Amino acid sequence: MSKEKILEKSFLLIALSSISILGLIAFFIFEQGIPLIWKIGLKSFLLGDRWFPSKESFGIFPMIVGSFWVTLGSLVVGVPLGLACAVFLCELTPPTFAMILRPMIQLLAAIPSVIYGFWGLIVLVPLIRETFGGPGLSILAGSLVLGIMILPTIISISEDSLRALPRTYKEGALSLGATHWQAIWRVLLPAARSGIVASVILGMGRAIGETMAMIMILGNAAQLPRSILDSARTLTTNIGIEMGYASGDHRQALFATGVVLFFIIMILNSVALLVSRKGKA
Amino acid sequence: MGKGRGSRWVHWLGLLILPALLSGCQRQPGGVSVVGSTSVEPFAEALAEEYMSRHPGVKIFVQGGGSSAGIQAVRTGSAEIGMSSRNLIDSEKDLIAVPIIYDAIAVIVHRENPLNDLTLDQIRKIFSAEITRWVEWGGKNHPITLVTREEGSGTREAFQKLIMGKREISLSALVQDSNGAIRQVVTDDRNAIGYISLGLVNDRVKALKIGGIEATVDNIQHQRYQIVRPFLFVFKSRPQDLAKDFLDYILSPAGQKLLVQEGLISMNPIPESKKEARR
Repeated sequence: MSKEKILEKSFLLIALSSISILGLIAFFIFEQGIPLIWKIGLKSFLLGDRWFPSKESFGIFPMIVGSFWVTLGSLVVGVPLGLACAVFLCELTPPTFAMILRPMIQLLAAIPSVIYGFWGLIVLVPLIRETFGGPGLSILAGSLVLGIMILPTIISISEDSLRALPRTYKEGALSLGATHWQAIWRVLLPAARSGIVASVILGMGRAIGETMAMIMILGNAAQLPRSILDSARTLTTNIGIEMGYASGDHRQALFATGVVLFFIIMILNSVALLVSRKGKA
Repeated sequence: MGKGRGSRWVHWLGLLILPALLSGCQRQPGGVSVVGSTSVEPFAEALAEEYMSRHPGVKIFVQGGGSSAGIQAVRTGSAEIGMSSRNLIDSEKDLIAVPIIYDAIAVIVHRENPLNDLTLDQIRKIFSAEITRWVEWGGKNHPITLVTREEGSGTREAFQKLIMGKREISLSALVQDSNGAIRQVVTDDRNAIGYISLGLVNDRVKALKIGGIEATVDNIQHQRYQIVRPFLFVFKSRPQDLAKDFLDYILSPAGQKLLVQEGLISMNPIPESKKEARR
């Protein structure tokens, strides 16, 4: 075999090993989690609202709802901000300024989530407690922090898709007499729709997966939240906060929580992939 | 392939083997590893430090991870000693558990809370969310913020058993995964109530009397204050060699004294230890 062939094969091997690691992780999560779901029933696992592992009641409905609200909240904060920022970088600012801004936004992605959590805990939580009452550790605090955390994802992907548009779109709109703003709002944003939607979905994936910062600022109450000032627990924080002491069925229930998360993330990523592919076709 | 690449391979191999070698160290006769409860960990570290300074050359590795992780580690043999702040459950009863010291649990509120004293029944009603506002005691009409430990925690289990009995801790309670985090929430939130190890109570929170009885060493040793739990060392079989020696040291007056200084409670009172629990 020539040297080139050897290299080729070894790269193949490395690529396969990273895929097989994914396979192994999936296998272990399922192997640990499925028996428990089987034992207590899918319906009472997904829709049960009582989480008392020491009393053998494993209902993760409050966590599913918690994940849903926190993610939705983060999108409400992050999507308008992120989109506005992408449009600004792409259309409204001189290239030199954009060149300074862009790395700073990418820096947001490099900040460890524990720092976001700490900042939320020290700054946002007391602010919310003093202003609105309640414990402060709440969906509102979590949404605000997560909204900032998903900004880099939304900004960079949206900006890329805006930039990938043919120049003729904008030129055509302007030459037809549209103002700059009309061109952005009526032509460019709709044309980049698929990339923007993909960025939002990937941001959602990031929001659902975030654990450390959420453990610190959500308060982790395993209740069905009634307002955005209530504490909540997400699927990931359910695993993160309890894994240290969990044993037996409790541990398996945490893996089963992982199975549910696995499906949610798979669905989100597939949708993102489909949407962005459809846009290109 | 050139010589250069060959030696590079050796480096990579070394990197791969290094962790295995390092973990192998713990199995050598000169060392013993202690793994488990994060409640016991800081105390075990202090003990290990003292023990190692008395026996140069001996290594004691202390690691957190949680009671269950520690018990699991003892079962699989990856650690000689497990630390547990909860009692063994039925499926773990084949292991040997030795209480090394006792820890009292204090119910804490914000420093400015006017309340000083609650009965067991009142605490039970508060934590099961039957009473949800401080106004019941002439305080301001603020909702009570409950703070509890996560399911599976030894502190929570002890609190559940010693105070709540058959009642559940309300699901609306905030859940924090360490004593320190609970203390922080109670320090910051004037409506909060939580529970932590007595040894970790400081002057930024207020420990309540329970049924008029303050959590002092004297009250605990005479079993007047009864919210007390054991810290356990867990072994797979009868402890031997170094593990046994370390355990003997901990149970000796010197070891117990060190733990008492850290705010824990020895049930075999040593003369010097008859002072108030440290705040």
